[in-house]
Amino acid sequence: MPRLSLTINGRAVKARQGETILGAARERGIFIPTLCNLDGLKPLGGCRICLVEVRGHPRPVPACATKVEEGMVVTTDSERVVSMRRMVVELLLAERNHQCPVCVMNNNCELQAVARLLGIDHVRYDFIAPRAVLDISHERFGIDHNRCILCRRCVRVCDEIEGAHTWDVNGRGAASRIISDLAEPWGLSGTCTDCGKCVQACPTGALFAKGTETTGKGTICLEKLVAWRQRREP
Amino acid sequence: MIPHQDYKTEADRHDAMEQILRQHRHSPDALIEVLHFAQENYGYLPRELLGRLAEQLKLPPSLVYGVASFYHGFRLEPRGRHHCTVCTGTSCHIKGGTALLAELERRFGISCGETAPDGSFSLDSVRCLGVCDLAPLAVLDDDIISAETIDALADKVCQCLAEKSSTGKSP
Repeated sequence: MPRLSLTINGRAVKARQGETILGAARERGIFIPTLCNLDGLKPLGGCRICLVEVRGHPRPVPACATKVEEGMVVTTDSERVVSMRRMVVELLLAERNHQCPVCVMNNNCELQAVARLLGIDHVRYDFIAPRAVLDISHERFGIDHNRCILCRRCVRVCDEIEGAHTWDVNGRGAASRIISDLAEPWGLSGTCTDCGKCVQACPTGALFAKGTETTGKGTICLEKLVAWRQRREP
Repeated sequence: MIPHQDYKTEADRHDAMEQILRQHRHSPDALIEVLHFAQENYGYLPRELLGRLAEQLKLPPSLVYGVASFYHGFRLEPRGRHHCTVCTGTSCHIKGGTALLAELERRFGISCGETAPDGSFSLDSVRCLGVCDLAPLAVLDDDIISAETIDALADKVCQCLAEKSSTGKSP
C-alpha cells in the first residue's frame, strides 16, 4: 500500500492512498469537528462542518469526503474555515427548533457539542421556527422533525447497514423532511424492521426511543412534549 | 402540455403503465422516465401509484417518493380543471410578476402551488416563459394573458377563467 506524504497544520503526515483527510488527521490526533460523518457509513459531505483549506484549491473542501493526495497542504483551523463552520452551525440552529433544555439529547447532542466547541452563544440569523411535526406512531421510537438537521445518517444507516431503506428525504432545500416510505406515519411503514439503528445514528434528538432508558438516548415524556407542540401561539 | 385524458379508463391507464414498465424491463434506472410517463398518463402522481411503481421497479418506496418530491416537474397533487401559471422570471419580476402572484393568491384564496378545494382552479409560478416582451404575464391553460398593470392583468385572468368555466371548455 503506497504511503503518501502531506502536511496538515504544518505537521508532516503519512497517509494511506484512498484515505480521507479526516481519517489521516484523526490518526495523528488532529481534531476536525464533524456532524454528518459516521464511521462505517459512506461519507456524504453534506453538513460542511468539517471544511478544511487545501493549498491550491480555491474553495475549502469537506475533510470527510476528500481523499488525500501526495504533497497536499491542509489547514484545519484557519480563521476562514472556523468562521465558516460557525456560520454553518448557526444556520442549522436557525433552520429548525433546537431548544436544548427540553430536548431528550440535551448534553448528549452532537450539534450542541459542535456549537459549544465553536463558542456559539448567539445566532446572527433570523430563526425560521417552522411548525414541524412530531411522529410518534411507531411502537418504540419517535421522530421529531424540529430537531432534525438533515444529516441523512438515518437514511444511510437504514440503507447501507440495515438494507431496508425505510427513510429518505422529501422535497428540497429548507422544506426537506425525512420521510418513511411514501411519506406515511412511521408506525405504518411496511419496510421498517424496527431495528433502531437510525435512532442510534441520529446526532441530535430528532430520532428517539420512547420511554426506555437503555438506549443511551435519554427518555422523553411524550404527553408533555405533544402538549407543548400543540400549544397555541400567543 | 399534458394531454387531457378524461376519456381514458382506469384499465387503459393501467395497461399503459404496464407497457412502459415492460419497455424498460422493470429496471430501477428507469425510475424518472417511468415517473414522467405516469404523470402524463394520470395527470399527477398519486401516492398509491408511487407505491405500486416502487414495488414493480424493486425500489424502496421512500426513494421513489423522495425522487418524485425532489423535482418540481413532478406533481403529487392533481391540478385544477383550469391551471394558471404566473411568470416570476427577471423581466416579469421587475414588471411586478411577484406582486401579480400575490394578487391572484389573494383573489382566489389559495397560495402558489395549491389547488382550490373544489378542484376548479390551481395556481403555480414559473421562472421564465421566454416571452419577456409581454412582461408581466400569466398563462391560463394554454393562453398567454398580459396587461399593463397588475390589477388589469388579474382582472383579465378572472374574466378569462369565468368565460372558460361558463363554456365548460377544458384545456
